[in-house]
Amino acid sequence: MLAATARVAGDIDVAEECVQDAYVAALDAWSRQGVPRNPGAWLTTTARRRALDALRRDRTLRAKLPLLIEPDPPQGGAGLPAAGGGSAAGGQAVDEVIPDDRLRLVFTCCHPALAREAQVALTLRLVCGLTTAEIAQAFLVSEPTMAARVTRAKKKISAARIAYRVPGAAELPDRLDAVLTVVHLLYTTGHTAPGGENLVRADLVDRAIALNRMIRSLMPDEREVRGLLALLLLTDARRATRADASGRLLLLEEQDRSRWDQDAISEGTALVAGALRGGRPGRFALQAAIAALHAEAPSYAQTDWPQLLQLYGALLRAWPSPVVALNRAVVRAMVDGPETALAEMAELEQDGRLAGYRYLPAAKADLLRRLGRTTAAAQAYQDALELTDNTAERDFLTRRIAEVTAPE
Amino acid sequence: MTEYVILIYENEDAYVNASPEVWQTAMEAHNRFAGQVGERGGKLVGGNALQPTATATSIRDDVVTDGPFAETKEALGGFYLIEARDLDHALEIAKLCPAPYGGVEVRPVMDTSGG
Repeated sequence: MLAATARVAGDIDVAEECVQDAYVAALDAWSRQGVPRNPGAWLTTTARRRALDALRRDRTLRAKLPLLIEPDPPQGGAGLPAAGGGSAAGGQAVDEVIPDDRLRLVFTCCHPALAREAQVALTLRLVCGLTTAEIAQAFLVSEPTMAARVTRAKKKISAARIAYRVPGAAELPDRLDAVLTVVHLLYTTGHTAPGGENLVRADLVDRAIALNRMIRSLMPDEREVRGLLALLLLTDARRATRADASGRLLLLEEQDRSRWDQDAISEGTALVAGALRGGRPGRFALQAAIAALHAEAPSYAQTDWPQLLQLYGALLRAWPSPVVALNRAVVRAMVDGPETALAEMAELEQDGRLAGYRYLPAAKADLLRRLGRTTAAAQAYQDALELTDNTAERDFLTRRIAEVTAPE
Repeated sequence: MTEYVILIYENEDAYVNASPEVWQTAMEAHNRFAGQVGERGGKLVGGNALQPTATATSIRDDVVTDGPFAETKEALGGFYLIEARDLDHALEIAKLCPAPYGGVEVRPVMDTSGG
């Protein structure tokens, strides 16, 4: 069956994927329609059909990305020194070592010359193969809006001549960070949806992880790729416990840890070790290390908060983002008490970069609540409420407001 | 190779009443840049520094007005026309272009040849 498919696909890897897809499709179709008279033929036909689709997609891909420029190798004068830390052997350009089309496609879709939302849309469309309708649904925009976004991005690639290549060693760290940011964004977009109801959202989570695994298979030595995969697995391990049966949001301290996915946690923690070794850890490796600490703690109270505080400090140095500073303040409260953390949050409010970010007033509200400052807490919860449309989050915040304003 | 324009946008205040040293530094930086374009495998086709926006005159619908077309914090101060293999190559070169009081924009030139 593989060979028959390979003959059509002209590529062993593609053929293997098509065969696997055929088995998955069989499980689904046969459980609904019953086993066909000739299961072997059904499977082979399905696999070959998928291979043909893949070929057609590839051809239309090259037609749709009108300027898939195969870059000329740089002339001698280009003289870029090979930066350390890349995976290329002996300073050769990476694309000479790994000429995989999927990798070139990913880097092209995530080029910094494209706006972040364009990078995400293009990656989902061209790398993950989602339809424009599916992507539109995932990001809660209309289909024409999403179609226009994808078209604009392709036109930019063509007009500005963004070359179809894996970046050279000098640019690789920044470019890879952009790719991983897109994958992470895909994951978090799927992750914040209420659990269970919207299949497209859960699908986004799975696709992000699958995309990460694919990139890892093509760039096995890149520590940040490993770090991100660890982060996604460790966070996703909590998927079953993020909301209760009625869809009510559960906090980390309320989640039933016995229902966390231990296989995902084992895989994640193993990956973290590898991602942290061999030099200064990157921001994804550090985020994964933080997630691993939570995953390994038998309970919220038994979490190693001082170690977490240290990790957040390292993360803030690697990634000076106000969101990281906020998360560190939350941990600070567990180590040094709510007042110290409130002072840090006040600084962040002054800073202004977190102006529309609901988790700042929400975190502040929580600390005020723990200090018994109920009026201020209610106000802060209200501020957070005005910043979110997510049903589960709104319900949670509304309940908190009721709790802190309830008469004694 | 494709043509790209590098547009230099800078805060003009830095150059108002600037000392000769400021100008000297800028001149040397731009001369150095001109050499670097070729070293990086690109081609410098042309370019100029512009006089400040106080000298600009704009025309819209046949109406002539004093000043630049758009009042922006960083004003257009100069440009380079280069040839580069692709956008990454153009960006590699553009990053070397001196613009200490602002930044640069890189735009492909429209291909108006037939076909």
